[in-house]
Amino acid sequence: MKKKKAIIDGKDLVKVYQMGDFEVRALDGASIQVKEGEFVAIMGPSGSGKSTLMNVLGCLMSPTSGEYFLDGEDVSDLDKVELAQIRNQKLGFIFQSYNLLARTPALENVILPLFYDRTSLLTDEEQQEKAIEMLGAVGLEDRVYHEPQELSGGQQQRVSIARALVNDPVMVMADEPTGNLDSKSGAEIMDLLVSLHKKGVTIVMVTHDPAIAEYTDRTIHLLDGKVAREVTNGKEGK
Amino acid sequence: MKPLKVLKIAWLALLKNKVRSLLTMLGIIIGVAAVIIMIAISAGTEATIQDQITGLGSNLIYVSASFEKGRPGESMDSGGLVYDDAFAIADQINGVAGVVVEQSSTQTIKAGDATLDEVTIMGTTADFPSVRDMDISSGRYFTQEEIDRTKPIAVLGSSLAEELFGEQDPFGETITVAGSIRLTVVGVFEEKGMVGDVDYDSRLYTPITIVLEKLINNQFSKFMGDRVRLIYVEVDETVGTEGERTLDDVIYQVSLLLAKRHDVTLEEPDFVITTQQDIITTQESTTAAFRSLLAWVAGVSLIVGGIGIMNIMLVSVTERTREIGIRQAVGATPNDIRWQFLTEALLLSLIGGLIGVAAGVTGAWIFGQASGMRTVIVVSSVLLAFGSAATVGVFFGFYPANQAAQLDPIDALRYE
Repeated sequence: MKKKKAIIDGKDLVKVYQMGDFEVRALDGASIQVKEGEFVAIMGPSGSGKSTLMNVLGCLMSPTSGEYFLDGEDVSDLDKVELAQIRNQKLGFIFQSYNLLARTPALENVILPLFYDRTSLLTDEEQQEKAIEMLGAVGLEDRVYHEPQELSGGQQQRVSIARALVNDPVMVMADEPTGNLDSKSGAEIMDLLVSLHKKGVTIVMVTHDPAIAEYTDRTIHLLDGKVAREVTNGKEGK
Repeated sequence: MKPLKVLKIAWLALLKNKVRSLLTMLGIIIGVAAVIIMIAISAGTEATIQDQITGLGSNLIYVSASFEKGRPGESMDSGGLVYDDAFAIADQINGVAGVVVEQSSTQTIKAGDATLDEVTIMGTTADFPSVRDMDISSGRYFTQEEIDRTKPIAVLGSSLAEELFGEQDPFGETITVAGSIRLTVVGVFEEKGMVGDVDYDSRLYTPITIVLEKLINNQFSKFMGDRVRLIYVEVDETVGTEGERTLDDVIYQVSLLLAKRHDVTLEEPDFVITTQQDIITTQESTTAAFRSLLAWVAGVSLIVGGIGIMNIMLVSVTERTREIGIRQAVGATPNDIRWQFLTEALLLSLIGGLIGVAAGVTGAWIFGQASGMRTVIVVSSVLLAFGSAATVGVFFGFYPANQAAQLDPIDALRYE
């Protein structure tokens, strides 16, 4: 484990929101490291800054101050276009509400990141093949042309996982991936994430559910915009 | 991102909202169709007028009396044209192919049992058929000698002959004009049709001397004498090398001659000389004004159509905020988003433009069929309308597309 390189290396991350006359320090000097192949949960009560941390780590916004290296690349101070390209090349997203394009077949949804990839050398056919392969990997080979409204919540989340993986990201960001699912589907999704983790995918997951956090290697607890404590989830023997 | 893919994405987005897309396009469709139909109508009108003017006979000079110059108190004989002016022009000026004098009178005529009110009795001269491109279908026309002798004969327009005599041959029949003047029919003209608003076929043609001496004299005082309102001069194109030069030359000679005969100066003549070209130019400026008015009206409807597109695109951007957020999350740059929405707006207006062109062309045709008016599809108007539609699409699509591009991915993803 020690030899593995850091995917996330954030130091003293600060994010300040200006709300009229006063400032809100959503992140107040959080430092966080995630190594390649790790499965990490970020927990914390409402207002602890976990959404902000998620957005910063997911390159959806830049921190106000602090350093953030993603996969060895300094991404602390990039503009909108560069951030978009980083997200496209290096990250995959799984959202609580799936965030699939409505009335668009699963296949098209999964291809979407490749569509915006300027560096991709894949032909249209190869992109299709890859998307179908990803849908197969999440167990939806027979739902390729189904649209989101024709799929169950669990299936929709699987489509979004396939989408998160299609660009071979260095890390998958999962925001409450089971939040909208019943416990059975939720468990299935977690099993899928664990199996992906075992295949070597780095996953950072935000959750408020301790039971869900138990699936991961390590839980980072946030409080008031700072890392309060980190817990290693020793459940290998379970 | 490949342009073709952007186009495909935009196309699919429009297909997802077929009814809305169609309604959005409606403004553009109507605008484009309106431009094409309106220009087709005005071009048709213009062409009709051109044909009519050409139908009057080519190379004509119209010499008319200028009544404004006839100052009261002066001898009435000194103002206006007289019958003899025509002979003077024919005799003394080079390059004149023919001279026609017309003087008409509206009368009631009788032939056998048939009585017709308000028939135009056209008193004219020997060159009339050649100058006016009228052909005799049966019988003959009258000669200068017959005109000089005030011989009571008549040549009938085709529809007048049919009305009076039906299938019967009118040759040698007698027509009574104004109750007492009896004219013998010597010929019938072939059908000519309407020229301008004049129906040449419903008229009765007789030597001008008949009209001047027997009809006009009965109505007006004697001193009106042999005054005529209009003299047509046909210019011989074979004289001189250049048509234009000959025409100007003849106009100048006629002016000099008439000024001398009427004892007026060229600066203050008592006659007006008009050419075919003058009439065409006047008509053209009228129709051009008409056309530009129509084009403006149609242009305004195009702009309204564009505002419609902008409106719907703005709604669409708001409604699809979530979609924009998703696309941004997986790596769409602001430019990608901008292009997507701009392409949608452009597609809407281009497809709308195409449908509008189709609607305009068919609409113009249907209008022409239904109204009997001539419509001419002007290719440049089709291109103009289509081009404006595309411009409108880009122009009014830009603002909504920019709004979409500037959305923050986090806000957009959170949008419910």
